[in-house]
Order: sequence, then C-alpha cells, then structure tokens
Amino acid sequence: MWKVSAILLLMAVTLSAQPPGYQVGRPPTPEEVRDLGSAIAPDGTGLPEGSGTVAAGRELFAAQCARCHGPNGEGDVGARLIGGQGTLATPRPIKTVGSFWPYATTLWDYINRAMPFDRPGLLQPLEVYAAVAYVLNLNGIIEADQVMDATSLPKVKMPNRDGFVADPRPDVPRERRPR
Amino acid sequence: MKHGRPSRRQLLQIGAAVGGSLLAGRKTSALETNPRKLGEPLGPYSERSPFEKAVRWRRESKTPETGSSFTPLHDSVGTATPSALHYERHHSGIPTIDPARHRLIIHGMVDRPLSLSMTDIRRLPSVTRLLVLECGGNSAGEWAASGADVQRSYGLVSGSEWTGVALSLLLAEAGAQPRASWVIAEGADACRMMRSIPLATALESSMLAYGQNGEAMRPSQGYPLRLINPGWEGNTNVKWLHSLKLTDQPYMARDETSKYSDLMPDGKARIFTYAMEAKSVITFPSGGQTLPAHGLYELTGLAWSGRGRIDRVEVTTNGGRTWVQAALQEPRLPIALTRFRLAWRFDGQDALIASRAIDETGYVQPTRAALIAARGTNSIYHYNGIKFWSVRSDGTVTNVES
Repeated sequence: MWKVSAILLLMAVTLSAQPPGYQVGRPPTPEEVRDLGSAIAPDGTGLPEGSGTVAAGRELFAAQCARCHGPNGEGDVGARLIGGQGTLATPRPIKTVGSFWPYATTLWDYINRAMPFDRPGLLQPLEVYAAVAYVLNLNGIIEADQVMDATSLPKVKMPNRDGFVADPRPDVPRERRPR
Repeated sequence: MKHGRPSRRQLLQIGAAVGGSLLAGRKTSALETNPRKLGEPLGPYSERSPFEKAVRWRRESKTPETGSSFTPLHDSVGTATPSALHYERHHSGIPTIDPARHRLIIHGMVDRPLSLSMTDIRRLPSVTRLLVLECGGNSAGEWAASGADVQRSYGLVSGSEWTGVALSLLLAEAGAQPRASWVIAEGADACRMMRSIPLATALESSMLAYGQNGEAMRPSQGYPLRLINPGWEGNTNVKWLHSLKLTDQPYMARDETSKYSDLMPDGKARIFTYAMEAKSVITFPSGGQTLPAHGLYELTGLAWSGRGRIDRVEVTTNGGRTWVQAALQEPRLPIALTRFRLAWRFDGQDALIASRAIDETGYVQPTRAALIAARGTNSIYHYNGIKFWSVRSDGTVTNVES
C-alpha cells in the first residue's frame, strides 16, 4: 500500500516537473501580437504613449463619427453617446457613455478596436485619445482643457463607476402557485 | 396479399400488370410515371429538399453586418439544430478566414507564450459535446410584451455537437502563471469582439471548438476556431478566436459593461451574468400555427439549462391551474436542448398552454410575473419566463398578453 502510494507520488512529481506534453506551437512573433486588438485594462495597462485634446477630438469627431452618432453625439444609426444621467432607475433608462459606462478606459479600448464601424482600426492612438477626450467632454466628465493620456485616462471617474453589482442569481423566489 | 409475403400467383399478376402498362406506356398510378424518370445524380455536398422552407428570421437593419437571426424552433424536430439554421449574432459582419493562415496567440501571464496554427490545435486530443447555445439577449422582447411566435420570441437558441480541444490542455502547454485569474478572449472579426472569462471556470469546462455537427463549423459560427463556454451566454463564446490573454483582472470590455449587463429597477446593473438559467417553450402548438381538427396531438417543445441536466418539464393546458409531467425524450444531456412531449386532446375548447422546466439543481423556471417582480423590465438579458400560448376553439394559436 505504502509502496503504491510512494510510486504514485513519485509519478505525480515527475509529471508536474516535465515540460508540457504536446510541444505544439511556437513563441508568437512581435508582429502577431501587434495584429491583435490591444486590450486595455481598467487600470490603464496596455494604453500606448501619446495624448489627445478635446479640441482635436472635436475635429476628428466631425470627420469620422458624426455621420453615425450625430453632430453632438445625440445618436442616429450609431449609439447615443451623451446624456441620460439620472435615468437608470426610471422606467425609460438611457444608457450612454456618460450615464452608464463604468470605465473611461473601455471607451479608448472600444473606439480603438471597433470604430469607425465600417473601418475599424483606422484611427491612430493619438486620434483615439482625442476622440475619447471629446466624448468625455461632451458628457461634462472632463473639462475642455484636459488632456487624455495613459496617466490621466485611467484616473477619470465615470459617473456610473459604482453602478455595477455582482451576479446574485438564482434570485427569483419560487412561487407557491405559479400564475 | 393482405398479410405476409405475396404468393407466386399474386407476383405473376403484378408482373403481368406492369408488363402490360409498359407496353401501353400509360401511368400505373397517380404517384409515378412509367417508365419511371431517373432521379438527380449524386452530388458532393447535399442540399435539403426544395419542398423544405424553414429559414431563420431577422429584423431589417440599416447595417446588415450587425444584428441577429433567429432559429425556426417551430419547424424543429429532435434536439439538433442544422448548422445552416443555427441562430447568429454579429457585431461587425462575418470574416472570411483562411485556416492555413489563422493563428491563436496565447499570451499575457503565461510561462510560454504560444502561437498555434489550426494544424497544431487539431493535433491535440479532441473532445465532443452536444450543447445548447443561447444568446444572452434571447427573448429580450418578452420583458415588454409576449412575442407572437416562438421563432421571434425564443429563437436565439440552438443545439449543436461541438468538437475541439479542452482549453485546460492548451493552458497547460502555455503554463498559466499563479497570478493569472482571467482570460481575455478576442475574435478576429472587424471589431475584434472581446470578453473577459474567469480562469477557474475556463479551466473547468471551456473548449476551443473547430467542429460543429461533424464538419468544420460555419464561418458565421466562428470558422475556424471559437471559444465554447458550456452554459454561458452566447456572447462569451467568442468566434474567430485569435487571442487568449491571461491577466489578473477583467478588462471591462464594452460588451461586458455597456452591453450584456443587466439593469435592475434600482439603477444598478449586474455584471458578468454568464449563466443561462433553465428555460423551456412549447414549439407545437405555438403562436401562428393552426390545429387542423379536433383530436389527439403530441404537444412538444424544448427545455434547457446552462446549469446542467433538465430534471423534468411540467405542462399546463388550463392556464396554470394544474401541471402535469411531460415525457422527456432521450438524449437528455447536461446543458443541452432536451425535447419534451405530452399527448393532449384538443376538443375545441379554448386552452392556455405552457411549459416550465426544472433542472437538476432544483431550479424552477419562473413565471413572467415573478421574473419581472424580481428584476423589473429593463434588464434586456437573461429572460427565461414561462411562455403561454392560447389555443382558440377554431384551432388557431396565438401569444397571450399578460
């Protein structure tokens, strides 16, 4: 019995010390990693160098974003980007960047990976910073003279930052007599 | 020739009849010509019969690259959804990917970052599972009002056999570091759709699928590779998977904060609501169908749970006053579509019919009223209320406003 246990233990130790079994694949090249969307964490991990101003963002927005999101971000084919603060607990909630999005870094990440809708990946990092600055300013979250960069952006506190809770399900009490 | 094999004399009579009509060149029956016409030649890849018309439904959209298409559940039989009728949800169109050029990059908090070809991935031991896949937003319209038919109100759910590689195997190859607690999965569609997945769950049950229903999955389902998280909302099952990044935090992607979070009446939103809870719906008779006559029918539908096996399904034909247990048709697998059946006599009386699923955790599918009492009507996602159909005395079937 002890002998068997000892052998099993030895096997386990040997197995865990071994390199992985199939040896498939190879290390990724820098180009392969660069081709992926650069995912941005809420603490700013992944944000590139550079910066953008509200003024630069206003110009960029008119050129690249307004045709879908409206001249002032009021929404059209594209989502409404402004307003809605104070509506989340009402019968008609308006979920926008300003009223609902918990992290400003998500705005950078999403514009960078998915916008403009028909040409995602078009914008350079500086342009993304500018677009983010403008949309945040449209919502009254940052001042017109604030500059967005890898340091300032993660520090922006979104109005609905504390508006999210963990999943409590199952949460619906069972009825004694359904319907 | 009433029973058993035909006698020699009868065979002779048949032969004479056939021979006679050959000579005359006339039809011998209403069903076929004589001489009979040859059928179609053999082909390399089958199409369905031209008489079959079931198709997905989709809402008109100004941007046809986005939106969803709904499985025709009312026309379904058994529990497998044909790949060509599987529901779809897209955010920036369906990419065309050459599998010879596709690579999966595993990076971040791993000891050995990996770039894998599809050949590499297919070399590994495979796993196969029959699973239900349901969009987190399936039945979203039901929060406001009961939908008119089962396809439009419940059709963002489908069942497939998925084949691929256990994610745990690939993460063992890459060597997940102790600090890693999340996996950021990203697709190679134009918008690089991304979701954060808790590493513990991913190690337990997630797989990277390349096969669907015995062949390579369709481009619309993520060809050549997609993440499958059994029992979780469809959006987390990232299609066209090209990146798994291990991290120590969720990345709060747009599609897990602004979308796919569930807004409650107090204005707070539930985040990372992954599991799809038990749900069922009667597919026959269902809204828009008509019972042609009085008599005995097989009432049938589908039940599923993201948390395991369906334990039982109960059916009411009197508006919920009494419930009877329906028969569950095999196979009855965990986290898979399960078909239920109940013999039911329609005698021309108005009937309110519905089903409720109970899964192996003991969870009971709630009524619409109970669901709304708990969550309000603005959560969009994860609607799983009991669905009533009204069978009228003339045999027509409609939705029920409640």
